[in-house]
Amino acid sequence: MSKIHVTTTINGDPVDFLCDPGETLLDVLRDRLGMTGSKEGCGTGDCGACSVTVEGRLVCSCLMLGAEAEGREIATIEGMADGETLHPLQRKFIEHAALQCGICTPGILVAAKSLLERNPDPTEEETRYWLAGNLCRCTGYDKIIRAVMDAAKDMREAS
Amino acid sequence: MALDRKTGTAPREFKIIGTRPARPDGIDKVTGRARFGADMSAPGMLVGRVLRSPHAHARIKSIDSSAAEALSGVHAVVTRADFPAPGEDVADILDNCMAGEKALYDGHAVAAVAASSAAVARQALKLIKVEYEPLPHVTDVDAAMAVDAPALHEGRANETVPDGHSPNVMARHAFGHGDIEAGLAQADRVLERSYRTEATHQGYIEPHACLASMGADGQADLWCCTQGHYMVRNTCAAILGITQGQLRVTASEIGGGFGGKTTVFLEPVALMLAKKTGRPVKMVMSRAEVLRATGPTSSSSVDIRLGMTSDGRITAGFAELRYQGGAYPGAPVDMGAMSAFAPYDLENVRTIGWDVVTNRPKAAAYRAPGAPMAAFAVESAIDELARDLGLDPLEVRLKNAAREGTRASYGPTYPAIGLEATLRTARDHPHWSEPLGPNQGRGVACGFWFNFGGDTCVSLNITPDGTVNLSEGNPDIGGSRASMSMMAAEELGIPYDKVRTVIADTGSLGQNEVTDGSRVTFAVGLATIEAARAAKREMCKRAAQVWGIDEEAVIWEDGAARPSGPNAGEHPPMTLADIAAIASNTGGPIAGHYEINAEGAGVSFATHMVDTEVDPDTGAVTILRYTVFQDAGKAVHPSYVEGQFQGGAVQGIGWALNEEYIYDDNGILQNAGFLDYRIPVASDLPMIDAVILEIPNPGHPYGVRGVGETSIVPPLAAIANAVSAATGTRMSDLPMSPPKVLAAIQAR
Repeated sequence: MSKIHVTTTINGDPVDFLCDPGETLLDVLRDRLGMTGSKEGCGTGDCGACSVTVEGRLVCSCLMLGAEAEGREIATIEGMADGETLHPLQRKFIEHAALQCGICTPGILVAAKSLLERNPDPTEEETRYWLAGNLCRCTGYDKIIRAVMDAAKDMREAS
Repeated sequence: MALDRKTGTAPREFKIIGTRPARPDGIDKVTGRARFGADMSAPGMLVGRVLRSPHAHARIKSIDSSAAEALSGVHAVVTRADFPAPGEDVADILDNCMAGEKALYDGHAVAAVAASSAAVARQALKLIKVEYEPLPHVTDVDAAMAVDAPALHEGRANETVPDGHSPNVMARHAFGHGDIEAGLAQADRVLERSYRTEATHQGYIEPHACLASMGADGQADLWCCTQGHYMVRNTCAAILGITQGQLRVTASEIGGGFGGKTTVFLEPVALMLAKKTGRPVKMVMSRAEVLRATGPTSSSSVDIRLGMTSDGRITAGFAELRYQGGAYPGAPVDMGAMSAFAPYDLENVRTIGWDVVTNRPKAAAYRAPGAPMAAFAVESAIDELARDLGLDPLEVRLKNAAREGTRASYGPTYPAIGLEATLRTARDHPHWSEPLGPNQGRGVACGFWFNFGGDTCVSLNITPDGTVNLSEGNPDIGGSRASMSMMAAEELGIPYDKVRTVIADTGSLGQNEVTDGSRVTFAVGLATIEAARAAKREMCKRAAQVWGIDEEAVIWEDGAARPSGPNAGEHPPMTLADIAAIASNTGGPIAGHYEINAEGAGVSFATHMVDTEVDPDTGAVTILRYTVFQDAGKAVHPSYVEGQFQGGAVQGIGWALNEEYIYDDNGILQNAGFLDYRIPVASDLPMIDAVILEIPNPGHPYGVRGVGETSIVPPLAAIANAVSAATGTRMSDLPMSPPKVLAAIQAR
């Protein structure tokens, strides 16, 4: 099976890779590029643990082919902090104990960042509906919702 | 305030316990750096995949793997024939990991392949020819108990099973005291009702994953996501016929378990593939494999007889519980039968549990295994009788509540327990008097869990610069490294950030029981405190040596050794860092360690309160308000205690309203994915209020009780009671999915 050569940008870095035509973006990230921060919880777009953004749009990377990354800007959890400085969402997740096992956390952070880029002042209901595609089995979501809304407040005050 | 038993009965003020510091694995987990089961790779690694039975029950007549083995890129195929004959204690576990004579459920592993890529492995699975002889099957617990039901095994019933039962009945458990008939005769009203719950899955978001390597000399290494890597070591060594010392297991970060990762599935297979190929082999399950072929919990069918006087005294309680535990013996019906009436002080109580096998995946533990279904039946019955008699369901529970000195329905007599405190706090909470609108109903229920201790080892090492490394052997599933660091820092009198806790591999500590039974904060915490005390004794000895005084004349206070007593003399205190810096000159490195089979875990109780609204046109149930009241003994890190309360409640909400294993007439699982096996999502839920009560556990130096499991016990009944109140009809069959609720409303 001949491979496809893909040139893309991930977290601002130029990246080249070869992938099979049927390989998902998630498989490319994890198995070819060593970026294991995005998780596979289901492989069918139901859990959101593999969430990334493509051209700023939130997608499940398990539902997108690696080849479709050609020429696009991909952002993953690995690019969320700025060096040593955590994103406010990352800080608030630690502060609010919004993670227990932490497997869903990267996907939820990527999705929450995408929410706040569109809506810097979401209601609790808007936050819950935006994150409805991200499954968490540990927390019951309570502390996650609080962390996102608190991060939004901090970000509004800082801007 | 907890009492410190080891140092007397004086009330103790904590400096660090009860605060909410950041967890040590926090930054790794919010940046994607944390390494979970599937995140590890090794040079020269192969990919392993499993071939699974498409039949619910079939004899395996032959397996021909020659075409698969001939495929370029395939390095080995493993079937049951590759494994040595197992010892009795691992026979069922091996058979569940790799079928022998029969495939016993849809998804049962029958062969596995190691190949150079996932694509080649998938192709190879299609080339393995398995000849099956399909057999009649049974998936329902009551159907499986019929004497003429298709039999999974012959002659395996425990001696507790009387003659004349279906061969699928594996064991009978009985508990209780008093005289049920006499008790029922004293009642003003007697309720007899049957209840059913469906099988649910723990639903951890991380599928099972492992990376195995094994040399020709029998030395092996395994990386895996598990709740207990010592259990994995012992089980895999027994299955592979190697010694425990030859197999080193390292626990990855674990992406949820809830009991589902307390056994092995892929691990022995990966090791066998690694052995045959001489290469590291990585195996990762798909979500469909997780749902079809790991360890969901039992479905249940329960009959209750309950008698109550007109003023709310329970005169007798009887429960007969039937749980199917999948294809092998060991449904958690014994714990269901023990826990069913555990919250109550009853003169006449009896429970009988039947352990039944069916053509489903073998049940694994799921958070308080066996208890939620039993509590669903008992707490629903109490609620129904209370309402029928016009009594307040909280007051009825208070009237019958177990307390210190109560003889529990399963045998022991309780020490100080927190049930009454949870009930009184619930009664006084604003939630209880919040007004309700049309189609809304409020429910309450109590729950109990035993809590466990078990084998535990902790090693605490003082570094030369005066910081502390704590090694423990229990995978951290919800923040326990933070709790251990807090307890070590509290005991040593040093700041929290001076302690770093790591989960050691199996080569670094003695045997550790699995992260289960709500045991870790209790048992590992106890061992951590004792290890710190051992280190303190050594540090006092070093200070005495420097000062030239007796060891007995030195005490440890506020993070430093201090002279104490009339003849100790005047010496400036020596801090932990001071002593660490000169350790090499005073006898060598300083450490404390502690090994114990921990007892005194302290039973746990909770009361849950929930408001629901039922849509009369669709039967859909909305959770409006939810409050958890639970005794934590002493909350070490309150945020993580709240997290356990909230997480357990929401898993219970899923069990009550949505989640169920659905099998078709052929015994094939119909909803092996998160789209159709729907767990609660953020938009389904309100905030979950968590009220922590602290009735100290006398068995722990700081009063800690486990908190992880009790929170899933009350929700099933609490929600059923709320929906029953909202609809005016008793809901006794879970899940309360919209079609079922709508049918109940229409039949009213």
